[in-house]
Amino acid sequence: MSEVKADKHLDIRGVVCPYTLVKSKLAVESLEVGQILEIILDYPEAADSIPKAMLNYGQSVLKVEKINPKEWIIRIRKEVED
Amino acid sequence: MEFTEEQLKRYSRHIILPEVGGKGQQKISAAKVLIVGAGGLGCPVGYYLAAAGVGTLALVDNDAVELSNLQRQIAHSVKTLGVNKADSAKKTFEALNPDVNVIAIKERINSKNILELIKDYDIVVDGTDNFPTRYLINDACVMLKKPLVSGAILRFEGQVTTILPGDGPCYRCLFEEPPPAGLVPSCQEAGVLGVLPGVIGALQATEVLKLIIGKGKPLKGQLLIYDALGVNFRKVKIPKNSDCPICGENPKIKELSDSPEQYCSI
Repeated sequence: MSEVKADKHLDIRGVVCPYTLVKSKLAVESLEVGQILEIILDYPEAADSIPKAMLNYGQSVLKVEKINPKEWIIRIRKEVED
Repeated sequence: MEFTEEQLKRYSRHIILPEVGGKGQQKISAAKVLIVGAGGLGCPVGYYLAAAGVGTLALVDNDAVELSNLQRQIAHSVKTLGVNKADSAKKTFEALNPDVNVIAIKERINSKNILELIKDYDIVVDGTDNFPTRYLINDACVMLKKPLVSGAILRFEGQVTTILPGDGPCYRCLFEEPPPAGLVPSCQEAGVLGVLPGVIGALQATEVLKLIIGKGKPLKGQLLIYDALGVNFRKVKIPKNSDCPICGENPKIKELSDSPEQYCSI
């Protein structure tokens, strides 16, 4: 099944915590409710911490996928205005 | 406003807070706050607001830094002895955060200049040390409908309240007139624990930031009293007085006036 196209892409490869979350949070703030953000990252802890934080903010985590030994893709759908 | 990489780092702990976020941080950056008094209270209030990135911070003080101030007035130092306090604090706050536009107003606030001084600011902070000025600031803020975060300290006890004109009581609702000169001792006469203005100033700065981001409950209609020796925080309700001479239904005070009473330095 093909995925819905993301409304915004964020490349934070090379960025470390907590700026991975800072940049992801700002990207979600810039979306409308219902829109999807796709994040590509390579900081291992952030693959865990960003989804947790997004759930705490009230957003949905659609996917967390390790696409190669060093990189992950996370898809977030904005559910609530922040 | 887009954040620079430096700002992302500086304000990262704010941005990841759900209640602040990038939007709240932008409100903080756009805010204009005026602090009356760069002494015991004004120093910590200004310090934390500068650290938080408040866009414009004005400091009003016409006193010079003295050695006896350094026990509690943390924005000053031996290097600024004899320097105007607003200038001294401006230097400290600019060194902490160059994002902040710090304006030093080297005047003593009075009935003639207060309206002009506060009119362009979003929030006023009272960090003064005497009743006549406290009442003058209250009256001016009521007249111009400016939110006012008021603090006071003496010995081991401090007080904080937030006055939102038109939405809660003001200082005169509590006591219509200032106490007569000499009844309440000044810090010079009675002393003050050096850390006390740090506690009260930090509470005032917190109130200011909450007002700016529009989150939480402001400390309106209540006086928060901190007793350092007993380690008690107590809240006393301040009812709105419909006969208040400044914010009541038929205000008697139509214009500001100065009291001839002595001024003391916290």
